[in-house]
Amino acid sequence: MKVDTSINGRAMTLECENGEFLAGALRRYGFLSVKEGCDTGSCGLCTIWLNGKPALSCCLLTARVEGQEITTIEGMQEEAEEFAHFMVAEGAEQCGFCSPGFAMTVLAMKRELTNPTDDEVKNYMAGNLCRCSGYVGQTRALMKYLEVHG
Amino acid sequence: MMNIEEYVRVSSCSEAYEILNSVNGSAILGGCGYLRMGNRAISKGIDLSLLGLNQIIETDSDIEIGAMTSLRDIETNPILKNNFNGSLCDCMENIVGIQLRSIVTIGGTVAGRYPFSDVLPVLMALGADVVLTGAGRVSLEDFMDGKHKSDVVEKIIIPKTSERVAYKSVRNSLVDYAILNCVIALSDGEYKVVVGARPQKAIRATKCEAFLKGKELTEEIAEEAAKIVADELSFGDNVRGSAEYRKAVCVTLIKRALVGGAE
Ligand SMILES: Cc1cc2nc3c(=O)[nH]c(=O)nc-3n(C[C@H](O)[C@H](O)[C@H](O)COP(=O)(O)OP(=O)(O)OC[C@H]3O[C@@H](n4cnc5c(N)ncnc54)[C@H](O)[C@@H]3O)c2cc1C
Ligand code: FES
Ligand code: FES
Repeated sequence: MKVDTSINGRAMTLECENGEFLAGALRRYGFLSVKEGCDTGSCGLCTIWLNGKPALSCCLLTARVEGQEITTIEGMQEEAEEFAHFMVAEGAEQCGFCSPGFAMTVLAMKRELTNPTDDEVKNYMAGNLCRCSGYVGQTRALMKYLEVHG
Repeated sequence: MMNIEEYVRVSSCSEAYEILNSVNGSAILGGCGYLRMGNRAISKGIDLSLLGLNQIIETDSDIEIGAMTSLRDIETNPILKNNFNGSLCDCMENIVGIQLRSIVTIGGTVAGRYPFSDVLPVLMALGADVVLTGAGRVSLEDFMDGKHKSDVVEKIIIPKTSERVAYKSVRNSLVDYAILNCVIALSDGEYKVVVGARPQKAIRATKCEAFLKGKELTEEIAEEAAKIVADELSFGDNVRGSAEYRKAVCVTLIKRALVGGAE
């Protein structure tokens, strides 16, 4: 099938199988920041934005993004780089495989929540798993990032 | 990748119902969070997303939630935050993460009748009804009993009568499935008490409900009520916890729900 959508502000037509999920389609079209980890909806690695809100691309049928707006980290280069400086400064990254999904959630949270409490941050970020870091460095990095850019 | 031979965006619920009941191997596509795990071959995937079933509407007596509403839209909805002590929003909090909750739907949750569900016990305690295309309006409790398997869930209707509601769950980790969840809801002076993830399906604790009738809630009454629940219901073992553990936890959760109340 053909699916007309917008990716990072550009109109695109994706050709896909009826049952293909968006993570696979995006990678086929060269959006390689989108990682597939668990492929069962549990880890958050495949997080993209659907109409500005974080969504798991491994669970979202490509057919469902007809007429919708998709954003990947390729469309957020400047902001993502800014956030990456905070991650580096806190030594928060190890293998880095979880970082694109993590950054997409952080950047969405910055837009959606005003002066979030620690619990609100924890709740918003709970769907992004990291198998290396233990979350302490990541949490420090995102809290400092929100202090400056939130 | 799911195996979907044909994909159809229907223009009415009756069209969906007609396909579901005439095409072997067809399925309604909710958010597909669970459907995708079954590895089943779907001859015709029925997409309801053009039907505007993603609305939350408040009337004088009820709140109606369209079947295609995502769990995240429910969690962040101001009407639902202001009703039922926010319990329908609270029960979403530990379902994986906001990214999954943005995709999975209330229709798929109800149609799936999942025994581990955090949402179904709350809807049951609130006395919700389900509107089906074929069978019309039925109570969620009847629906949970397994009737109406080949029907289309259009919306959920929740009466606004519950004054005091509390939801509690216990988990091994923040976003794991619940080991047990409990809900109490007070409506027209009567309590509904529901326990889910036992790990069998959610069920009402009717002996406890009868015991609480007309009683003023004190620590002692709550303690006794909680013990009645643990004795009247059955619990089972699975990888997340033993029957014995669940039974012990049930007492604590029900007591907290009753006297800790609406937190
Ligand atoms: C990794 C993961 C972890 C989860 N953890 C939890 C948890 O901890 N707690 C919890 O409560 N829930 C949990 N869930 C379940 C989730 O909240 C949803 O209930 C579940 O995904 C079903 O919703 P869906 O929209 O994805 O439905 P789908 O998977 O699309 O559909 C489920 C079933 O319902 C049918 N269906 C869908 N919509 C309709 C309709 N409108 N009418 C008739 N039939 C319909 C489908 O054909 C299918 O048989 C989890 C899900 C996943 C994927
Ligand atoms: S790859 Fe999508 S949640 Fe893990
Ligand atoms: S840094 Fe390796 S998974 Fe997060």
